[in-house]
Amino acid sequence: MTEASGTHRPINWLAEIPEYQGLWSWVTSIDHKQLGIMYITSALFFFLIGLVLALMMRIQLMVPMNHFVSQDSYNQIFTMHGTTMIFLMGMPLLFGFSVYLVPLMIGARDMAFPRLNSMGFWVYIFGALMLYFSFMGGGAPAAGWFSYAPLTEKGFLSNPGVDYWALSLLVIGIGSVATGINLIATILTLRAPGMTLQRVPLFVWMMLTTSFLVVLSFPALNAAIIMILFDRLLNTHFFSPAHGGSPLLWQNYFWFFGHPEVYILILPGFGVVTEVIPVFSRKTIYGAGFLAASTVAIGFLSFGVWMHHMFATGLGFSVLYVFALSSLFIAVPTGIKVWTWIATMWGGSIRFSTAMLFATAFIIQFTIGGLSGVTFAVIPLDWQLTDSYFVVAHIHYVLLGGMMFAMISGIYYWFPKVTGRMLSEKLGKWHFWLMVLGFNGTFLGMHILGVFGMPRRVWTYPYGLPVVSALNLFSSLSAFVLAGSIVLFFWNMAHSFVKGKIAGDNPWEAWTLEWATTSPPAPENFDRLPPVYSRRPLWDLTHAAQEPKPAAQESTHTEPDSGSEPGEQP
Amino acid sequence: MDLNNAQTSSIFHFATEQARSIVDLQIINLVICLGLFFTVAGLITAAAIKFRQRPGDGEPDQSEGHLKLEITWTVIPFLIFCFLGVMTGIVMYKVNPPVGKRQPDVIVNAHQFWWEYRYPKSGVVTANELYLPEGEDLLLEIRAADVIHSFWVPDFGQKMDAVPGHPNNLFLKPTRPGLFIGQCSEYCGAQHSLMRIMANVVSPQEFETWTQSQLKVPAAPIDQTAKHGEELFMSKTCVQCHSIAGTPAKAQVAPDLTHICDRKTIGDGVLANNSDNLTHWIMNAQKFKPGCFMPNMRLNESDAHDIAVYLENLK
Repeated sequence: MTEASGTHRPINWLAEIPEYQGLWSWVTSIDHKQLGIMYITSALFFFLIGLVLALMMRIQLMVPMNHFVSQDSYNQIFTMHGTTMIFLMGMPLLFGFSVYLVPLMIGARDMAFPRLNSMGFWVYIFGALMLYFSFMGGGAPAAGWFSYAPLTEKGFLSNPGVDYWALSLLVIGIGSVATGINLIATILTLRAPGMTLQRVPLFVWMMLTTSFLVVLSFPALNAAIIMILFDRLLNTHFFSPAHGGSPLLWQNYFWFFGHPEVYILILPGFGVVTEVIPVFSRKTIYGAGFLAASTVAIGFLSFGVWMHHMFATGLGFSVLYVFALSSLFIAVPTGIKVWTWIATMWGGSIRFSTAMLFATAFIIQFTIGGLSGVTFAVIPLDWQLTDSYFVVAHIHYVLLGGMMFAMISGIYYWFPKVTGRMLSEKLGKWHFWLMVLGFNGTFLGMHILGVFGMPRRVWTYPYGLPVVSALNLFSSLSAFVLAGSIVLFFWNMAHSFVKGKIAGDNPWEAWTLEWATTSPPAPENFDRLPPVYSRRPLWDLTHAAQEPKPAAQESTHTEPDSGSEPGEQP
Repeated sequence: MDLNNAQTSSIFHFATEQARSIVDLQIINLVICLGLFFTVAGLITAAAIKFRQRPGDGEPDQSEGHLKLEITWTVIPFLIFCFLGVMTGIVMYKVNPPVGKRQPDVIVNAHQFWWEYRYPKSGVVTANELYLPEGEDLLLEIRAADVIHSFWVPDFGQKMDAVPGHPNNLFLKPTRPGLFIGQCSEYCGAQHSLMRIMANVVSPQEFETWTQSQLKVPAAPIDQTAKHGEELFMSKTCVQCHSIAGTPAKAQVAPDLTHICDRKTIGDGVLANNSDNLTHWIMNAQKFKPGCFMPNMRLNESDAHDIAVYLENLK
């Protein structure tokens, strides 16, 4: 490909692409790769900010009755930490991955609506800035990331923090819906010839499901946010019980968005490991049909489980029981995925690169998060454990140990494609082991803190509780190991971007279409596309369709696909 | 606050029949979850060891799936979750059955950031320190005065949200005496973390004695200091929020102070209840519980002391 791509010397580093030179080319860009990179970079920036906020909380909770930050600041910090990690880090990160990868994976030149794509990104940036401006504009929001009414009513939180929270989430939410629509349109209409829906990579399948979830669930949040803004700014009474409003209405709206949101965040992670594990096991994904079907099943079921966030609100037996069952059964399709990944590794020839290590740790940690999730579906146990530190452990096992480990695996996997250079595997392995230690040290003990009765969102805890004190101290110390591993990760990315080994088109001998073009891909992605006869077009190029050929380890991939195939029209 | 007299609080130290049923289910669930976890972790470890790439490895077999195996790993978890679903229903019904027309024994009214306890059958009103008779089947009605709170004593089992405008029910049958510590567990604002629950389970006889002592209307103060304290209490803004039986103070915004001398703590567990602490609390509660609704009263120390003496002598 590199030879075929032009008359000039091959471009193999992101910073050398002429079209990407200068700030102006980025600000005005409608190129899906530039937008993807900007999404991911901004998301990682907010990841750092969220991490700093988290460390402040862990310092505060290191010893009982600590006064490192005031109670009021603490409440702002955990609100901003949650909001940042979900809306300014998680969502943009997955949009970054999908906006960058989906067109490449399906052999398209760009998204279906490039300008809409650009709008989605920029409203996110301005929404994020507006949220952080609240620190200077009268106080950050302090109602938690799910802002339960009536605490959010003007009478209880009179500073403008909640207004900032609501407005910026509204703006970001509109951008998210736009990007979701854009992804659906792209996946449905811009696939390369031969790429039927059965042949798109499973990452794209998961992104398609995610995008539907975004489009269908965000309107509930946006509507609720408009209502709370009306309550606060125009004195309406949607959620104010003193005037006939209902605080539970907010919870229904919020979690009708909020639970699909959890799957919105985790499905792209599933997608990433579903790409990484087969490549590094040298095997095709096991049971692809079940995997795709289970994703769609999760998509449907995710709209029928929201009330499991409200099991302790005292609703009736029958309504709660229905949601208990749906919450239990959504674990079945999720379990299918776990078995599928294991079966893909089983019998393979596994290369434990850093990307594969993260994907493997993802399966184990996500399983812990999933099983604690099952625990919440068993309502009497939820009555005990909800709103305790057990929940904090659960969400971090799902989102940090799950989604974020998967995304980091994805960064190690696709960094060579995006930048043209390899991340250091040596630093990567240090990063991996420190992060596994730090993460599990920080959060495993929180399950036990919940069992010992520590509620979430507390600024401090009393003296005289030896187990609680010891676990909190251990968790706080581990948090620094975790933070150190993240610093190492950022150093690895910065250093490798400039000094890393030149990657070449397909350093991992992978088989989806993005590896068929140059690293980094040229602005219009492909000069020519290999023919698509299966889910693994690049594998087909080196393997006769019927007989799996032994000993194809040598890096002979790039030569055959540059010259041999006539290719089809992009 | 001194928690040394409290029993170690954990969801496994059940002190009510309801908590006991939940613990049984907890153990069943834990065994299932650990079983599933070790299956997954074990398989992954085995795969990582057995199928790690070694020099000279050929291309592995490209198996695309095996229908029977895939159906198996769909159906087995489904059956496990069906079992958990049935257990869920049974324990739910046991722990929180329909209330019918039954009247509550205790009305728990959650405020930012303290607890009001009313015993409608005897008429007792108290704050922050809950008394319950051992061995009796009790129905608590959980209400909220302002925002959403949640009543949770881990040893008692179920947690119940206090939702304004939506009273909830909680059944408790305490099985052993002692002081049990809990906490508001739905984030409710500035002082959420210091909104403690102190629940004393006592024998029915002790409970009766306690009820009688709570119903007594305190005599008017006799000595000079206390009298001065009463005057200050009635003339400053104290009466806008607090009530004391037998006096003009009837407001119900803040804790009832009629029998404050019987309580072990001030400010819902923030300070031990003694003369010094009470004086300083009266002068400026914000120092000890920033964000609570008791303002800085701007009293000098001797006035505050007199009010404290008055309150302590209410018997």
